[in-house]
Amino acid sequence: MIEELFESEQPLVEVNDLSVRFGAQTVLRNINLSIPRGQTVVLLGESGCGKTVLMKSTIGLVKPTSGSVFFDDENIHRLNDRRLSLLRLRFGFVFQNAALFDSMTIGQNVAFPLRQHGRFSTEQIREMVLSRLSEVGLPDSVIYKKPAELSGGMRKRVGLARALIMNPELIMYDEPTTGLDPIMSDVINELIIRTRRRNPVTSIVVTHDMNTAKKVADRIIMLMPAHRLNDNEPQMIFDGTVSEIESCRDRRVQQFINGEAGERLMELRASRV
Amino acid sequence: MLKIAPSNGDNIETVQGGLPIWGATNTRRPTVSSASDNIEYYDEDLGFFARTLTGWGSIVLDGIMALGDFSIFAYQTFVWMLTRLPKKGTLITNFHQVGVSSLAVVALTGTFIGMVLAVQSYFQFRQIGLETRLGGVINMTLVRELGPVLAATMLAGRVGSSMAAELGTMRVTEQIDALSAMGANPIHYLVVPRFLACLFMIPALTVMADFMGVAGGHFYSVNILDIDVHHYWHNSAKFVTNFDLFVGLFKSIFFGAAIAMVSCYQGFNCTAGAEGVGRASTSAFVYSFVMILFIDLFLGIALDSIYFMYYPEGASLL
Repeated sequence: MIEELFESEQPLVEVNDLSVRFGAQTVLRNINLSIPRGQTVVLLGESGCGKTVLMKSTIGLVKPTSGSVFFDDENIHRLNDRRLSLLRLRFGFVFQNAALFDSMTIGQNVAFPLRQHGRFSTEQIREMVLSRLSEVGLPDSVIYKKPAELSGGMRKRVGLARALIMNPELIMYDEPTTGLDPIMSDVINELIIRTRRRNPVTSIVVTHDMNTAKKVADRIIMLMPAHRLNDNEPQMIFDGTVSEIESCRDRRVQQFINGEAGERLMELRASRV
Repeated sequence: MLKIAPSNGDNIETVQGGLPIWGATNTRRPTVSSASDNIEYYDEDLGFFARTLTGWGSIVLDGIMALGDFSIFAYQTFVWMLTRLPKKGTLITNFHQVGVSSLAVVALTGTFIGMVLAVQSYFQFRQIGLETRLGGVINMTLVRELGPVLAATMLAGRVGSSMAAELGTMRVTEQIDALSAMGANPIHYLVVPRFLACLFMIPALTVMADFMGVAGGHFYSVNILDIDVHHYWHNSAKFVTNFDLFVGLFKSIFFGAAIAMVSCYQGFNCTAGAEGVGRASTSAFVYSFVMILFIDLFLGIALDSIYFMYYPEGASLL
């Protein structure tokens, strides 16, 4: 039934034939992807396979070599700066290392998108910042601190609060649990799920963490680095649900989800990349 | 000794009938095993030339690409500067950082340069009995050349490299991406205020350097070398015109623009890691300084020709 609901609507994000090359290095090759509204998509894959680049080109931070990305029927890479920055109000991006502005306090960081676009009074801004921070489990006193004074987990939660403050339609998480202890990782997973439950957002999660993937995903996509594939092989080696990935027969997928090195070290030694 | 004859079968292409076609792959060079030493040597030589040429080629190409990239960057900064001014808060912070914080170091440099000029030129001038002309020489040099150039150099070292390091760190830690992701244009938010701060603060700093240099020169000449005050200033007034002061300040605006653009560009194009940030800040200073020297020479030539249009006989020390 949910499936039917998805199909009836236009997808929120549509990636057509996207390729990204940096110099001589091909990172993404002919990627086609469409994400319906409300879905949580987890992008899996080993380091350097282009997960983050795919996500960044979805919001126009990386210019593709060829292909196009549509967000709600607007071609992201054709928009001018002003239209693009307006469109970006509808995105939230949680960066890998939070990317908080270290010249500002936590309060100013979380309020940044509001100040940038909204016409809110100082009092309203303060209220919204405090409520977002308490949602991610941070005390009020934190707003006067600088990012350098916080732990990694706290910074990540501040990053999440900042991404959520404009009530975005699409939230992207870049390795949300990397570098955190297991409990804090699970806190972040809970926050991802809760955010999704509270408002009907679409999410893209880039991760290596199978626990995160199993917990939050509606759909899992696995990428393979372009340089490890032959020219005609598709780069997306898996696209399906959590239960499907567990029963997937592909050796490369199994290797990844079970975390087995196999012959990988030998391959790495043999390859010159 | 050229011998294009394959020794093993891999250079012979066969048609389906089994008949060998010689020379079907004649674009391929003889392989090592079959080629005589002569050919091998020749080959390597050609390779060396080709390598050198492509090396030079890629240097030129990279240079042109970087120049184009820099031009686009500067163009975008101008466009953003004209479309919307940054918030007052960011402007004031940057103006303070560039102007007020550099004041002390610029003043110190100016004072010492004024005194050093007096020390260095006094002996020669006294030999020909023209020590009262020192005022003209010191003040002219300061106002026209050393004041603006040294203020700009100090600014490039103090502000330029710190800008490059700061923006470079922001690039490396994805803060610049975060700005874009939240709908703020990084050039508008980061580069424009820094550019404006350099543009408007550097003439003020130049005035400061000029003033302190003049004061330092006066102090050393009059109080230590015992040159007559009246003649010192009389000769200065005769020799240094308003146009000279204008030349210095006019040049300084270009220096400021160059420092801001070069440093911000280096910061924005910072490569990952501590090394990248370090390199960005070093090259911000080096390139800014080179730009300052270039601009100084060419503006000097251009402004001199204007000067001689107005004062055809020029200023005379005698």
